[in-house]
Amino acid sequence: MSRPGDQWYGDDSGPMVRLYALTRGRARPSGEVLDVIALVVAVTDPEQDLTLSPEQATLLSLCRDTMLSVAELSARANLPLNITRVLLADLHEDGHVQVTEPTAPNRLPNDYILREVLNGLRSL
Amino acid sequence: MDFVRSEPRTTLMALKILIAGGFGAGKTTMVGAVSEIPPLRTEEQLTEVGSAVDDASGVEAKTTTTVAIDFGRITFDNRLALYLFGTPGQDRFWFFWDDIAQGALGAVVVADTRRLEDCFPAVDYFERREIPFVIAVNCFPGSRRYRVEQVATALDLDPGTPVVLCDARQRTSAKEVLIALVERVRRGQQW
Repeated sequence: MSRPGDQWYGDDSGPMVRLYALTRGRARPSGEVLDVIALVVAVTDPEQDLTLSPEQATLLSLCRDTMLSVAELSARANLPLNITRVLLADLHEDGHVQVTEPTAPNRLPNDYILREVLNGLRSL
Repeated sequence: MDFVRSEPRTTLMALKILIAGGFGAGKTTMVGAVSEIPPLRTEEQLTEVGSAVDDASGVEAKTTTTVAIDFGRITFDNRLALYLFGTPGQDRFWFFWDDIAQGALGAVVVADTRRLEDCFPAVDYFERREIPFVIAVNCFPGSRRYRVEQVATALDLDPGTPVVLCDARQRTSAKEVLIALVERVRRGQQW
C-alpha cells in the first residue's frame, strides 16, 4: 500500500489515490457538516488504533496537543476541505476527536466577546 | 473508552472574518499582514457543469475547478481565535461563499480603485445576506487617490457602511480595517 512519503511520482501527476477513495465515495459527510472554524482536538492516540486510515491518523496527530480549526487541519494535512470534513466527521462519530462548533455572532450572549476582540486588535 | 486522554486544557472560541475582493486587490496580502501564522492554503474541488459552448455533440462538459482559500489566524489571550479567510472573488463561487460565510462575524471588501467594479459582486452578496462589512480601499502606489465619499458613492453603499483607506501590506493599516469592521458589527447589534 502506498503511504504519503514513499511516493515515486511527482506532484504533477496528481494524486495516485483518488480522493473519493479516502472517504469511501462520499463527497459530503453523511451526518454533521463541520464549520471551517470548528475547533478539533484529538482525545485518542492514533498509534493505538490500527483501523484508522493514514489520512485519519495524520489528522489525529496534528490536533493531538492543540486545538486546530477544520481549515488548518485541511491545510496542514494537505487534503481538500470537504475530504477533511468527511474524515473528521467519522473521527468525531467514533469518539477520536472532540469538536467545538463556533457560536454564530448573532447568538453571542453579549458584547463582551466583541470588546475583547477590539482590545486584542488594538494591542497587536 | 479506556484510552481517552485527559481533557484539553484551554477552551478556545473561534470567530471568522471574510476578506473578499477582486483578483489581485490585496486579499491575501492583508491576511498575511495581520496573521500570527504564515497564511495557510486550503483547497476545495468543485464540480460544475460547463456551459458546453465548445461541445458540438451536445454532451454537457463537467469540469472540476479547484478553489484556493488563503487564511490566517490571530489568537487573543490563548482563548479567542479570529480567523481571516481570503475568499475567491468570482461570481461563480457563490455557493462556496455560502459555506464559508455561514456564521461569519463580518467581512472586509478589499477595493482597488483602478478596478472598483470588481468589488460589486462582494458588496451585493454581503448586503443581500445582511453580513456587516467595511470597504478597505487598498491604496496602491501610483494609483489615483479618491476620497472615501467618492468610493462610497461609486459603490452605492448603504449609509452605515464604513470606507477605510488602507495599505494592505502594513500590519497597522490592516489592523485598523479590522477594528473598523468590529466596531461596525457592534453598532449593528442590539444587546
